[in-house]
Formats: sequence, C-alpha cells, structure tokens
Amino acid sequence: MTFINLLSIMKEFIKVVVTSLPNDVANALRRVCESEEGITKHVCDYMLKNVYLASKTHKPLCQDTGTLMFFIKAGSKSPYFNVLKKVIVEAVKELTKEGLLRPNSIDPFTNINTGDNTGRYIPWIEWDIVDDSDITEVTLYVAGGGSSLPARALVVRPTDGLDELVKLVFDIVPTYGIDACPPLIVGIGIGATLEIAATLSKRALLKPVGARNPNPKVAKLETLLLSKLNDIGIGPQGLFGKTFVLDVHIEYSYRHPATYAIALSLSCWALRRGILALYPEGRAYVSSHGVWLEGT
Amino acid sequence: MKVHKLRTPINDEDIANIAIGDVLFLDGVVVTARDLVHRLVVKEGRNCPIDLNGLAIFHAGPIVKRHDNKWFIVSIGPTTSYRMEPYEYEFIERTRVKLIIGKGFMGDRTAKACRDFKAIVTLYPGGCGAITSFNIEEVLGVYWLELGIPEALWVLKVKELGPLIVTIDSKGNNLRNQIMDTVNKQGRKIIKEIYSSIANL
Repeated sequence: MTFINLLSIMKEFIKVVVTSLPNDVANALRRVCESEEGITKHVCDYMLKNVYLASKTHKPLCQDTGTLMFFIKAGSKSPYFNVLKKVIVEAVKELTKEGLLRPNSIDPFTNINTGDNTGRYIPWIEWDIVDDSDITEVTLYVAGGGSSLPARALVVRPTDGLDELVKLVFDIVPTYGIDACPPLIVGIGIGATLEIAATLSKRALLKPVGARNPNPKVAKLETLLLSKLNDIGIGPQGLFGKTFVLDVHIEYSYRHPATYAIALSLSCWALRRGILALYPEGRAYVSSHGVWLEGT
Repeated sequence: MKVHKLRTPINDEDIANIAIGDVLFLDGVVVTARDLVHRLVVKEGRNCPIDLNGLAIFHAGPIVKRHDNKWFIVSIGPTTSYRMEPYEYEFIERTRVKLIIGKGFMGDRTAKACRDFKAIVTLYPGGCGAITSFNIEEVLGVYWLELGIPEALWVLKVKELGPLIVTIDSKGNNLRNQIMDTVNKQGRKIIKEIYSSIANL
C-alpha cells in the first residue's frame, strides 16, 4: 500500500469515529432511551436522533472532536510500522483543514491554538509492540474536554486502597459528572504509580460497554459500582432518571508494597472510540463499527 | 413543565413566567461565548464587541468551514457551563444578556445574577453537534477570531434552537440544587452500603 492509500484509509477511519458511535455504545444508548420517561426520555431521543443524523450527513456528532489519542498495537513485522505515525499526523492535519475536526491543540503557556490539531505530543500516540507478528491495530479515542475535566488520579495508603477508590468515585462522578454529558462511561485505573493508574483508567474506557473484567472479583466491583451510581437517580444529562452511568470498567496493574495508585477517567455518552485493523495485504476493517474501508 | 417559544431581542417580561424545568425553543440571534471571552470581559475589562443586551449567549465552540467569503457551521453544541461560573455574575451584570445556553448546570452566583438582572440559564443536551447545525440559518459575523475558532464570538442566526431546558429562572431558582440534594442524601446512603459490600468481594 502506498502512503497516499494509507493516508486515505486513516482519514476515512477518523471520519467514521467522529461521525458515528461504535456499535456497543449505540446499542446501550438505545436501551437507555427505551427505559427513560418524561423530559429525560425526550432528551435521550434527541441524542439518538443526533447520532442518526451525524452518520447520515457525515457531520461530527459532537462539535468537540477532542484530543485525538491513538493506541497502536503493531507487530515488529507490520508493513505499516515506519509510516503509521506520519500518516496519522498528516490525516489529522488534513481533516482539520477540511472542517471535520475542530482545532483543539493549544500551547498551555501562550494559549495560542496551532489551528491544525498538532503540537507538542499531540496527537497523542501510544505504542504496544507485539513480538514476531505482522498485525497492525489502531485504536482511536477522542477525548472531549467536558468529560476529561473531572478526571482525577492520586496515590493512597495501600491499606486503604479500595475504600479510597470508592470514595474517589462517589466524590467525583455524581457531582462533576452531571456536567460531563451523562450517561457516562467510567474508567478506573489501579496501579503502582500515578501515571500507570492514569493510563489504565483511559484504557478502561476502550473496552466495549457490557464487557466485564476477566478477574471475577474485579468484575463484581465493576457491576457493584455501576448499579450503585445509577441508584442515586441522577439520570441522563443530570435531569433525573434511571441511567446516569452506562458502564464502569476497571483496569489494573500489580502495585508496589508501599503504594496504591488510583485514577478515574470519564467519557461522555458520545464515546467516540474506533478500532482499525490494517491487514498486511491492504484490507482495512473498523471492527468497532463493523465497517470495511476502501481508501482511494 | 411548560414549552415556550422565545425570540430575540428578549425583554424581562418575556422570561418572567418561565420556570425551572420548562422547555424553550429559540429564534433569533445567539452569540457563542466561552472561557476566554468571559475572562477577557470580566477580568481584563475588555468591552464585548457586540451588544448582548436582550440576546442569548451559547457556551459553545463550533466546527466551522469557510466557502469564499462566508462561514458555515459544520457542528455546534454546548460546552460545560460550570467553568464559566466564577465569571458569569459579572458577565450578566455588564452585558445584560438575557438567556444563557450551555451544558450541565451553573451555581449560586449565576442564580443570583439571574435574579438581580433578570436572566435565565438553560441546558442544551450535550453531544448533539450535528443536529444543531441544522438550526443555524446563518453566520452573521465573528469577533475575536484571534482567540482561535473554538473561543471566538460567533454571531449566529438560529431557528427553533432547542430543546433548551431551564435550569435557572429569573427568580433565581436553580435546578442544580435539587439534583445536589438528591446526590447528597442518596449518595451518602449508598456509599455506606458499598463499603460493607467491598469488604466481602
């Protein structure tokens, strides 16, 4: 595949991600609409109508196309290994120019917007290298400002780890969460250090709605937090109702004897996450949305 | 819950009987104003380049496109209003804006400004940028574009913009207080239940 082919595929992929919801989130939202009542139901129907219209008219379903975060899993034999980063940056620049992505990259010291969604470390790219393989999988998460704002991370005394985690979740999610476009998806990270917990809390948001952690204890905690957060009754957009949280995911690493780091990342209901599989012979499939990409 | 139609310019009587929980649809002129505009007007004393008296502001940063000499809105929706809370009292006092459209809720100082200067705050469902672009009839102008596209003041002619759900009315009632009461009462009870459950995980 040429650079131009790959560039057009990457642009198509980003377009799919910002103009439509992954299937799991869309299905979860439909279920919420069926269960809510009154003004809350009206608002949920409006959200669904927006999802439908966005993908039909190829417009970004939310104007905040976020900070673009790419999580790449690539085999050391991937034919795309050496060009992927260049392709991503170029695709982001072009789509910003074409009016599909809002320019969201700002120098924190001068407050000057670069205008093209690039800048120091932006777009954010994380790599997982897979030994002796030719796979290439690109996950894109669009981190909107409203739901990134309430995120928290801290390191607590190991003896109080789980209690502190529950406290953090219930201090932050029901209060700051009402302004972060509920129904929310809650990502929790646990680990040895602050940034391990933080990055795992973001990776937790990449799991499909409804998927449970393979560790049964962790899965039980996920379900418990989900049901208790919804029991408060805050509902979609904070207008009272049944579903305030669509799902809770926990990702963890093993910790240090002296530390217990915990982190919380939130996503708004408009969770824009896509997974692109690039096959060595050139086919491209967005598994999160069930779409094959043709490129040009 | 009542449904109202509003048109700019809005005067005090137009909003006198609108209560929290009511739903509005708006025709007329809306100006986007978010973080930096609030800071510049309130903290640095800059004059707002458009007279907002009787108009609506939208806490929003759109995606725009330009064809020839004209701007078009590709996608637009609300941003978290609570970030503007430290500035909104003075912003309303200085500009006499009548309607605020945003995401989520605002606090006590904004509610006081709504009572003191007769204004209302509304919540627009977040994440609905595509559908909203069809309610924008025209981009009438743009100011302070040097702040970047999301932060500039976009002057928009809108038709039937809504549903706008009233969260603060002109008497200063605030829907956020009802939600926070629920969070405090229910949340405290629930967290106790959880602590006992996690001990047996």
